[in-house]
Amino acid sequence: MTRPDQPDPYEDDGTGPEDAAAFDPAGRPGPSGSGAPRIPAPRVSVEDSGGPLPEGWGTPERGAGGGASGAGADLGAGPDAGAAPGAGAGAPDPEAAAAADATAYARTESEAGTGAGAGAASDGGVGMGARDADGFDHQVLKSLLGAWALAACSAQESMAVEEHLGSCGPCADEALRLREAVGLLHPEESLDLDPGLRTRVLESCLGRRPPRIPLPEWAAPYDAETARLDALLQDIGDAEWHAPVRLRWFEDDRPVSRKTTVAGVIAHLLAVDGLVGTALGLQDPLGPEAPPVPDPTRRTEAYWRASHFPPTRAVRGPWRDQTHELIRTVSFAGGGSGRLAVEYGIADEVAGADGPRVELPLRDSMVERAFECWIHAEDIAEAVDYPYEPPSPRHLHHMIDLAARMLPTTLAERRRSGRAAPSRELVAAGAPGRSLRLEVEGVGGGEWFIPLDSPGASGSAESEVAHIALDGVEFCRLAAGHVAPEEAAAGQLGDREAIRDVLFAAASLSRL
Amino acid sequence: MPKDAPRRWDRRMQQRLAHGEAAALGELYDHFASLVHGLAHRVLGDVAAADRITREVFTHVWENPEAYDPKQGPLRSWIAMLAHQQAVRRLRQTESAALARGGEGTTEDLERTVRRASAAARADYIVTAMPAPLRAALELAYFQRRDYRQTAADLGVTEDEARRRLRLGLQLLSTAHDTAPSEEPTDTGAHGYGRAL
Repeated sequence: MTRPDQPDPYEDDGTGPEDAAAFDPAGRPGPSGSGAPRIPAPRVSVEDSGGPLPEGWGTPERGAGGGASGAGADLGAGPDAGAAPGAGAGAPDPEAAAAADATAYARTESEAGTGAGAGAASDGGVGMGARDADGFDHQVLKSLLGAWALAACSAQESMAVEEHLGSCGPCADEALRLREAVGLLHPEESLDLDPGLRTRVLESCLGRRPPRIPLPEWAAPYDAETARLDALLQDIGDAEWHAPVRLRWFEDDRPVSRKTTVAGVIAHLLAVDGLVGTALGLQDPLGPEAPPVPDPTRRTEAYWRASHFPPTRAVRGPWRDQTHELIRTVSFAGGGSGRLAVEYGIADEVAGADGPRVELPLRDSMVERAFECWIHAEDIAEAVDYPYEPPSPRHLHHMIDLAARMLPTTLAERRRSGRAAPSRELVAAGAPGRSLRLEVEGVGGGEWFIPLDSPGASGSAESEVAHIALDGVEFCRLAAGHVAPEEAAAGQLGDREAIRDVLFAAASLSRL
Repeated sequence: MPKDAPRRWDRRMQQRLAHGEAAALGELYDHFASLVHGLAHRVLGDVAAADRITREVFTHVWENPEAYDPKQGPLRSWIAMLAHQQAVRRLRQTESAALARGGEGTTEDLERTVRRASAAARADYIVTAMPAPLRAALELAYFQRRDYRQTAADLGVTEDEARRRLRLGLQLLSTAHDTAPSEEPTDTGAHGYGRAL
């Protein structure tokens, strides 16, 4: 949103003699103070005053002209105006108490100063109950001052108010003050914070005072990615939470997709992050709905099914709270907790729940959750038409490295189910075997040697039989099932079967 | 009292920061970075300068969590005040430096600029922190250009109540013009907050 320049209540546009008082640094009452009636100049539009007319700035009469910085208005002291900001404590009205908070910092600052306007002044009792010519009494006219200053009352009421101001000093003072306050209103500025600023600020802080409980390095990508997604969610409107999102991944070597909403995606992240949370002993967001097998897809389905209504933006709070809890918990557990096993469901559908489980060490699982968070944030950003950048190079590197390390096991599983070519040679565990060189370009990239025949073998440059080169973000999108394996690699060299197997294995890392 | 929960959060955050929990610092940033950056940007009108103020404010809080006194008000107010003071101080510095280099204007102009920027930033804060019913009324009457009767209908309240909200909202907002001692050129920092920045 672009912000129109603020019309300046102080602009010296020669609208009236009271301009001279506008610069009283202490905001003290003008010489005429209370008592003496002071007639404010008619509201002057920006056009009338010849000043620049800011683009898109309300109706002309709303940009109030000059005005004295009147003080001593009965700030909220009247029986009809609730508690004064300065009198919040013990106020029976919760709204008034909250109002006190609103000006808390202004109040603290002015404590030692003039205190002008912040204290409660009693009504002067001027014309209480007296009726003006038009049949409005003082109380009614006073209650109209806010609406009048905002040009939000009828022409007849405006005239009555203005007439009244000529004979009522306290109301005239307040009128000036409120009209001046109108000049401070402007559209909310939505200035996107640079996501890199968070990293820079936190690093600068931690450099000055090293933390006693640091974040494990492997939790940093999750910390950064959840913060980035949360900032995106902060910016989107209520309706956008229901924008359709198509989740895409690879299953049986074919692209599949599933329709949900922005809120549905956050519910998905909440449910799957809960896998890590429960492994750490945190409360499961699924509660009694949690499936017996801790599997990402089952958990997501269970969460979606459990709510009678589609998820709304209300899901943001629980999701964000859980991310903060996770970060905090792994910090306290320390870097050594990275080896703790996190279950990701059953390894073999035939063996069922009693069979072996898929596990990732906590350190990898936090990187995996960061990866999912980024990928789904991109899905959301696309759905609501917002720009979204890839992770920082350092974090991207962690994600690429995790995917690369998962490839040999995935290849072995695919071989077992006949989806990848059989091993060409037997390799002793730890010995170098036939390898594919995965060269990931760009910041955060690097080089990985993927052993092709056995996950136990070590990848090596000497045994390289194939070489693929692709961009880091592209590789991640392949592993997320957002890019088809046939279209992924920019550069390919060597054993075509090996290349095909590795690219399809990468795509099969994806799931709902 | 509904106010207890946030105050507990404030005290807890303070303890966690004092304890040296990096995760708490991240949460603090997530809660208040837009507030700090927004205020600084309103005063200084420059993104890079606002970035710098943001770094300084969070560094100050991280290094001096005990400087916050929960009895004085919410953590949010304290942080807003730090941001405000620091930004105003920076504005005064840059403007004075420009003046010293022979720039246009007088010291009165400088004071006027500072006062104006300061009030604008404080007004922003007041609007975001005022009770939602008051903000909603102002939003309708000012930005949607509804008169107070329409505002009353939109909000489902009486016309009396709509008038009351508009008036109280503007009264709160008008306190933004009250000059704070921290903005005096002498910068005596009478109230103890933020001197160590």
